Amino acid sequence: MSARKPPALRIDAILDDPATRIIVCCGSGGVGKTTTAAALGLRAAEQGRTVVVLTVDPARRLAQSLGLTELDNTPRPVEGITGEGTLHAMMLDMKRTFDEIIEAHADPERARMILTNPFYQSLSSSFSGTQEYMAMEKLGQLRRSGEWDLIIVDTPPSRSALDFLDAPERLGRFLDGKLIRVLSAPAKAGGRSAFKLLNAGFGLVAGMLTKVLGAQVLKDLQTFVSALDAVFGGFRQRAEQTYRLLQAPGTAFLVVAAPERDAMREASYFVERLAEERMPLAGLVVNRAHVSPAGALSATRSAAAAEDLEARGEHELTAAVLRLHAGRMQLGAREHRERDHFVSAHPTVPLAQVPALPVDVHDLTGLREIGALLAT
Amino acid sequence: MSARDSDWDGVRLHIVTGKGGTGKTTVAASLALALAAGGRKVLLVEVEGRQGIAQVFALPPLPYEERRIAVAPGGGDVYALAIDPEEAMLEYLEMFYGLRRAGRALTRMGVIDFATTIAPGLRDVLVTGKTSEAVRRRAKNGRRVYDAVVLDAPPTGRIARFLNVTHEVAGLARVGPIKHHADLVRGVMASPETAVHFVTLLEEMPVQETIDGVAELRAAGLPPGGVFINMVRPAGLPDSYLDAALEGRFDVAELALGLKAAGLADGPGDASATAEALAAEVAEHARRMRLEGAERRTLAEVGLPRYELPLLADGVDLTGLYELSESMTTQGAA
Repeated sequence: MSARKPPALRIDAILDDPATRIIVCCGSGGVGKTTTAAALGLRAAEQGRTVVVLTVDPARRLAQSLGLTELDNTPRPVEGITGEGTLHAMMLDMKRTFDEIIEAHADPERARMILTNPFYQSLSSSFSGTQEYMAMEKLGQLRRSGEWDLIIVDTPPSRSALDFLDAPERLGRFLDGKLIRVLSAPAKAGGRSAFKLLNAGFGLVAGMLTKVLGAQVLKDLQTFVSALDAVFGGFRQRAEQTYRLLQAPGTAFLVVAAPERDAMREASYFVERLAEERMPLAGLVVNRAHVSPAGALSATRSAAAAEDLEARGEHELTAAVLRLHAGRMQLGAREHRERDHFVSAHPTVPLAQVPALPVDVHDLTGLREIGALLAT
Repeated sequence: MSARDSDWDGVRLHIVTGKGGTGKTTVAASLALALAAGGRKVLLVEVEGRQGIAQVFALPPLPYEERRIAVAPGGGDVYALAIDPEEAMLEYLEMFYGLRRAGRALTRMGVIDFATTIAPGLRDVLVTGKTSEAVRRRAKNGRRVYDAVVLDAPPTGRIARFLNVTHEVAGLARVGPIKHHADLVRGVMASPETAVHFVTLLEEMPVQETIDGVAELRAAGLPPGGVFINMVRPAGLPDSYLDAALEGRFDVAELALGLKAAGLADGPGDASATAEALAAEVAEHARRMRLEGAERRTLAEVGLPRYELPLLADGVDLTGLYELSESMTTQGAA
């Protein structure tokens, strides 16, 4: 075990501070981000704040524990909060959010054209960056509404934690980029040389797409692009606004991880990336740590004693329990090493650890318990 | 096909999916090693640009190129390929249309990036297409180049859509070359030579996702394979002790006597504090085991072959991969 001890992450200080307006929980998939976000929301609400938790694709039982039964893109009050504060929770419907942007910015005819286009349907439901982009769009909307003094966002289960930062920019680039200009520009191509070049480019692209995909596809694509272009050329601008919101003081990023190699590696990348982007990191939450109530008894001593008892053929029960304990301590030690790698690389990042619970969270009581563990 | 006593004789494409955090890539890598054992040649494919294969085998990042990365027990080779959708698109254009230079030009303009990202299903068709090509590829002597191909596929939540390529590209192209290509790929995916394996943990969420994923696959007419239950911890204690711990009648006094006999007394002649702490640990363990038992029964209802893989005490390293592959062979998974 290393002598280095990371600073403790003071969760209550962050939740209590009225200057904290947005908390973003991020990390790789399967580390308990959503549970952490929900537990923080509950704790903040019970400390008197007006909180909304924005979740993306929560597990069924967790959604039920918050009283969410439908994916309807609207904050719903969570019952059973003690104290002055309130808690609302919502599940992001990314397609709905995208549709709403289109409907708000286009006349009905153009909106219909976009909404029924196959490229739009693909973009709004399966493009790998759309969920991230829409989560950020929703965050912006919630922030602008002024109804909440604390917004907690659970980031989408990306293939990598970094997608969350890159996707909005990538989507913005697509909808605002050179290709879109080329595809939507053929009509403008006239006698001037610059346009000739564009036209040649378009001819190449069009020829290729027609050959590979068929003429209908190309037509769909052009319709889509020109309709979308007319609705908002400023897609990138929106992405940049959200970006600035994330950099603002009042935003706190919590990187969530489990004490396993992949998850800790992702956490490291993320911490470095946040620093590069000058986004405010509050700390690291390590979920599912295996700690033992009998931590003073080491794996080595435990295993040696078990061996001794087994050799003597005595106290079968004690020997079996000692074996079990040795295994648990060994697992704990491995997790500790993974954590230490992170701490040596990022010694100043505050850290909170939540022990692995023997059962899954089903209700507010379970979330409250996790909140308390986070704050200790 | 050499005679092997495995549950998947005749299967040449093994698709491995699982919820994030369940160890999908580790299981895919171990399965590739197990399938290659005894002198066979297996290709391990990844499609999400994560370089997960390189990480589990402790190698530098893999290029878009098939290369040998490991030797299997008893002589056999595992090759790896990290499919990059853009490269696959260029290869496709060159192979079917002879468009090599034009492809490069399109890349510079961002067209390839665009096409592989937002054209509905195109990205999936390209990577599954490349995989099926490797499955079907024959050497000059007419024999298959690979005895088996293992695909480290996207997570469970996306798997049915990923494999059901014909349906996915329907919005894009109802006729034409892409549609034809998708039909061909779909034929490979739905064939009896393909099996889709699920990796899960004995926890509520991954088990639920497995059940949903299997149902989705069946609905799409795709062939579910086996369920790999990963990171299983041994029960450690006989059921009678675990039951006693759950019901609060665990024999702490006997435990304390045993600790004393083993020289683990807390203070002068007493081991009760350590015994109490260990008893609490046993009770926690027993609760976990009971929950895992329930998840195991739920998984049994899915009606697919199940394999249990041990939690590796020292984490996943090369030794661990071989250990898991051996466990798979013993259980008849390969």
